[in-house]
Amino acid sequence: MRAPLALEIGLARAAAGLSRLAGTGGGTTLPGKLLWKLDPGAVDRLAARLPQGSALVSATNGKTTTAAMVARILEPSTRLAHNRAGANLVSGVASALVAARDAQLGLFEVDEAALPEVARRVAPRAVSLGNLFRDQLDRYGELELIATGWRDLVARLGPATTLVSNADDPLVASIGRDRERHTWFGLDDPTAALPEMQHASDSKWCVRCGARYAYTAVYLGHLGDWRCPACGDARPQPSVTAREIQTDGLDAVGFRLCTPAGDVAVRLPLPGVYNVYNALAAAALALELGAGLEQVRAGLERFSAAFGRFERIDFGGGEAVLLLVKNPAGGNEVIRTLAADEAPKRMLIALNDRIADGRDVSWIWDVDFERLAPQIGSVICCGTRAAEMAMRLKYAGVALDRIEVRTDMDEALDRLAAAGGSSYLLATYTAMLDLRGRLEQRGLVLPFWQEAA
Amino acid sequence: MTRITVGHLYPEHLNIYADRGNIAALERRCAWRGIGFEAIAIGPGDALPDADLYYLGGGQDRDQLLIADDIARHAEPLRAAVDGGAGVLAVCGGYQLLGHYYRGHQGDEMRGIGLVDLVTEAGSRRMIGNIMLDCRLDGAAAQRLVGFENHAGRTFLGEGVQPLGQVVHGHGNNGEDGGEGVQQGSVIGTYVHGPLLPKNPWLSDWLIGRALERQGQNRQLPPLDDRLELEAQRVAAAIAAR
Repeated sequence: MRAPLALEIGLARAAAGLSRLAGTGGGTTLPGKLLWKLDPGAVDRLAARLPQGSALVSATNGKTTTAAMVARILEPSTRLAHNRAGANLVSGVASALVAARDAQLGLFEVDEAALPEVARRVAPRAVSLGNLFRDQLDRYGELELIATGWRDLVARLGPATTLVSNADDPLVASIGRDRERHTWFGLDDPTAALPEMQHASDSKWCVRCGARYAYTAVYLGHLGDWRCPACGDARPQPSVTAREIQTDGLDAVGFRLCTPAGDVAVRLPLPGVYNVYNALAAAALALELGAGLEQVRAGLERFSAAFGRFERIDFGGGEAVLLLVKNPAGGNEVIRTLAADEAPKRMLIALNDRIADGRDVSWIWDVDFERLAPQIGSVICCGTRAAEMAMRLKYAGVALDRIEVRTDMDEALDRLAAAGGSSYLLATYTAMLDLRGRLEQRGLVLPFWQEAA
Repeated sequence: MTRITVGHLYPEHLNIYADRGNIAALERRCAWRGIGFEAIAIGPGDALPDADLYYLGGGQDRDQLLIADDIARHAEPLRAAVDGGAGVLAVCGGYQLLGHYYRGHQGDEMRGIGLVDLVTEAGSRRMIGNIMLDCRLDGAAAQRLVGFENHAGRTFLGEGVQPLGQVVHGHGNNGEDGGEGVQQGSVIGTYVHGPLLPKNPWLSDWLIGRALERQGQNRQLPPLDDRLELEAQRVAAAIAAR
């Protein structure tokens, strides 16, 4: 016999409270895991109760930020069930559904590999497919494997579901190409293009025929205005685009958001071309969910960083900026953004090799630390693979007397605080949680589940 | 100035496990000793240039298929180069391409260049994780080799063909016979990435030494400050042992 849904939810909520009392973290996945154990089908039924349905956001990079932007846009008018702390497996979605008592709309960022199952359970009204980059090959396998999972999932979506996809990613654009309800977004500003493709670019070869793609403009990794000279396949014409991109140091980026609902100038209080992509994905999805253009602009301009994603804190008598770095494409964009300011930098880099980080740390060699090396005034490496990180920097050209290895994160933070001044903290996923936990104990940041609430 | 040349085969196709870290290790360790270094990219359709060492990395299955036909052109020139003293370092997918074939689950075969007597067959489970080997090259004292392996292919060496090392922790060639990789003179193939060379400086120096020897020079190299490399190796070995 199955327990009534209300009883299951009550148990799951109680578990979340206990987890927080016990100091074991945000309890962000515990209630979902419990509910999942009690009754896997409860997720489907909880999602079905949302009067406005659900929207899913997936991508290798930017899903937490994109979903947080959509939340900022929609929140004034809509009560959301949103897994804002980044718990993005089925259990995390279940937890968000449990926690949101009277939500109207579900807004879930979803792990790339978990997307097919989550989509099957929540029957979304919209799905955003942001990008596919190589990431944690020991966990996800090769890119093609994720793309195949997405293709199968899209083929099974009902006709009423809208896809919101990045036209600039040829692999993403090969998914659901002839689907009727399909909104494409992409950059449309050749002045923001890179001079050449980056080393670790993925998806260089035509998905259809294997020839090398030609680009009118490359904006980030393999994202850009692409076409195949051999078979003629080309970027779908995006209907939501960014033009006139203007960077403003590390504080903001401005652009003209062009949509079928009209054009508007946006000043996004986050740096980097990658955040323009996140903003475009968020704008396209929010418009699809019924937001007005002015609401989109206001939400994006009100946005502050998602936790650990260009999050600024007072530390060591200066400002410390926390930056999540978890794969080559994301790392290269962070470095490109930081390197735009040529001043010497004080840094801390935390490299862990736990399961959620990927146990294989070889990806750090595909990140262009060479580009940052001349600007590194001093760097402290910490985490389970601190020495590996230090060695990587040595081979990138950082002088040995500028590199310090402190495996222990508290020691590393003490050393950074003693040095004083402003700093940049780069960390992998679990290393970011570790660092934030220690900053929280020092009273410098709020726990992420409180801040997010 | 002394200079060594590396022919880097298909760097745009075979680069999935940070293969450029291996090139960087060779380049920096030459530079720190005042040895010149040149890497020549060899793409589809290019002729095989003269080089002291040829490097072949790993690719995604799809990318590997795109170059499988092209590489057949190099089978004979590579064999001649190896007979003339050149070295080969092949990692992951590149290692499989050194052998006779890779046989898939349906019996479909992707042909290799047959430089070494070995074959690879698709396995039912991926062998993934940190790995540690004991290696004895040229009868020298055992050297520790650490890194990460991630392969579904199971590789079997022909009669009398020597592995690169014995598995201490991890799976190795096929998860059965305790061997990992292959060494045949100056030809080395292995599943170990991470990337392979930076954390195993002794192997970088062995390859550089062999390249110098090919040019009729002394293969003994002056030592470098390898404290960070050896600390990274120690940590990787401890993690592999868990």
